[in-house]
Amino acid sequence: MKNGFLKNFYQHNGKVMGTALLVIISFWIGVLIILPQLSMLDYSLREYLPSGEVGDYTLKNYRHLIYGAEGASDPYNYVDLKVFMRTIIAAICVTIFNLILCYPIAFFLGQVAKGMKLRVFALLLIIPYWINEILRAFALKIIFGATGMINAVLIGMGILDEPFDFIRADIALYAGLGYAYILLMVFPMYNVIESLDGNQIEAARDLGAPWWRIHARIVIPYAKPGISSGATMVFMLSAGALAAPQILGGPSSLWFTQIIYQWFNDGGNWSQGAAYAIVLLTSCIIIVLAFMKLFKVNMGDIGK
Amino acid sequence: MSAGVGVNLENLWIRFGDFVAVRDANVNINGGDFFSFLGPSGCGKTTILRSVSGFLDPSEGRVLIGGNDMAGIGPNKRPTALIFQNLALFPLMKVWENITFSMEIKGASAKERRKRADELLDMIALPGQGDKLPSELSGGQKQRVAIARALCAEPDVLLLDEPLSALDLKLRQHMRTELREIQKRVGITFIYITHDQGEALTMSDNIAVMKAGIIDQIGDGKTVYNDPSTAFVASFVGENNVFRGKVKEIRGDEALIATNRSGDLVSRISTANQGKMNVGDEAMMFIRPEALSIAETGTSGDHFVTAKVNHEEFEGNSFNIFTEGDGGKEIKVSIPNLGQTFEDHTGQQITLEYETQNAVAVPAGELATE
Ligand SMILES: Nc1ncnc2c1ncn2[C@@H]1O[C@H](COP(=O)(O)OP(=O)(O)OP(=O)(O)O)[C@@H](O)[C@H]1O
Ligand SMILES: [Mg+2]
Repeated sequence: MKNGFLKNFYQHNGKVMGTALLVIISFWIGVLIILPQLSMLDYSLREYLPSGEVGDYTLKNYRHLIYGAEGASDPYNYVDLKVFMRTIIAAICVTIFNLILCYPIAFFLGQVAKGMKLRVFALLLIIPYWINEILRAFALKIIFGATGMINAVLIGMGILDEPFDFIRADIALYAGLGYAYILLMVFPMYNVIESLDGNQIEAARDLGAPWWRIHARIVIPYAKPGISSGATMVFMLSAGALAAPQILGGPSSLWFTQIIYQWFNDGGNWSQGAAYAIVLLTSCIIIVLAFMKLFKVNMGDIGK
Repeated sequence: MSAGVGVNLENLWIRFGDFVAVRDANVNINGGDFFSFLGPSGCGKTTILRSVSGFLDPSEGRVLIGGNDMAGIGPNKRPTALIFQNLALFPLMKVWENITFSMEIKGASAKERRKRADELLDMIALPGQGDKLPSELSGGQKQRVAIARALCAEPDVLLLDEPLSALDLKLRQHMRTELREIQKRVGITFIYITHDQGEALTMSDNIAVMKAGIIDQIGDGKTVYNDPSTAFVASFVGENNVFRGKVKEIRGDEALIATNRSGDLVSRISTANQGKMNVGDEAMMFIRPEALSIAETGTSGDHFVTAKVNHEEFEGNSFNIFTEGDGGKEIKVSIPNLGQTFEDHTGQQITLEYETQNAVAVPAGELATE
């Protein structure tokens, strides 16, 4: 099987090109993905020595997340654990919210819009992403701010008497996270839905199916690979987001990545930061795998 | 089964922007009939079918099913089931789930559905194949599953959009017989679309022949084949030899045509055009290859044609002779092979003979392009 794949690969790309591609891919996977993660893992398992020397292997850094600093008054590290849980749950919520928002868009683009309309609509989706992430986050902060557009409109219409603090309520944060990854959700879904034969939708309709049933039985099962790759990306990236929580988060809200950032940057304790980062990464992977199992998605389908 | 729900198209127009896809169609389809729309690619057959199934609204005119105006009734509410040109089986559902999808919508239990699926699988001669996926079936089997899926919805009218076009010739011929049998068994109205005149002739009770959005003629197979009302129908349905000319004389329901190339020839006037053709009109006369035979050389008269033989071929059941003909088109003569000796005429001048009743005259018009 593997041999066959290699042979095929070479036949397809030629000897020189094939070898070049293999080298580049191996470099990318090895040097840019695996090695840094391994060194992170190594850091996380070593004792932190302020002097900068390499410490001995220990599980202390992981212990810290669960039980807190030695000699702390609480039996568990409530502060960090709470932030961790909240980050995961919020990331799941952002993913679900995004899914609900993006499915109709992807369906519209993939099955309903044709020609010019499709191009215009796709462009409208893409153009905002020409602006960089930080600027977009600040724009949202302004829109959601006390004197921002949303408050102005709501007060103007008489729905609110005084400005509502969207930032403190974390609404701005969720909106920002949701908005940041819309494209990553829409495009994999659009890709799959676009390849669905429209006759199948018509056939279901002809056989008496109401619209919701057509989605439940025909479109969604077909779009599952796209939905799962979109959802995986959005979940992973939301859980690991830093800029949006930094800018849009309320004064009280900490995102787990912010704690990690503090360990690395402010605390200079790379071992501790690495341990937290590894926990976040593994938890996210486990959650994604669990959801895939729950919805019977195969790993191989994701790339579709 | 609910037998005999008829379909009527009344002054049906369908436009896409400025383009007229269907022009003033008037068709009455009797309940329980096997009715075909026959016409070349792009003539508007699918468009008509989609207006019957409810996926397209008429620009003008009405579609009636069982006497009821279907305006405003969606495809999921009409008593029709459509078999798509590409079948459109649901790839992720097993065969039995595909077949009973219409029952699933109505909330039937899995047990009921299984039972019905097994009955239908027996009917389409695929017993025990319910647990396969559509991708695991052959072309002909998929075909039959699509038919079963449509029949399971218990429609009053089954609409079939060239369902055999993807199959190879042998299977296509086999499925013709099978479809006709299924139709007789269930007794519902079938509306069948095809560009294959063989399919239309073998299966249908009645045929509508279409050309670029216009229905030229409606009739049973024999009528359409033997008594075409336009030049298009004469040239599209079956092989035909055309002789162009002008009407020289009308003799009751026969006409003498002064042909451009073969002198004066006598012909029957097609029923639809009797009393409508006048002396001096441009006319076309058609004679089938099998209606021509070789006469003694030198004989002449108003049912003899003299022409030079270009080439000949042996087709098994017949010998075919191709002679020079009108407007660059060859005249084809087809002589049944009954074991007789057959001499080579290539390059010779021969005389052909036909009987008046086997020639049919219509007003000059557009011919079907092959
Ligand atoms: N949605 C549409 N918009 C514009 N033009 C259309 C549309 N659907 C069909 N047409 C045009 O209407 C004409 C008839 O199309 P239709 O699909 O009915 O042909 P058909 O007879 O079924 O052909 P075929 O045998 O190739 O399937 C064609 O010229 C086609 O280009
Ligand atoms: Mg068609």
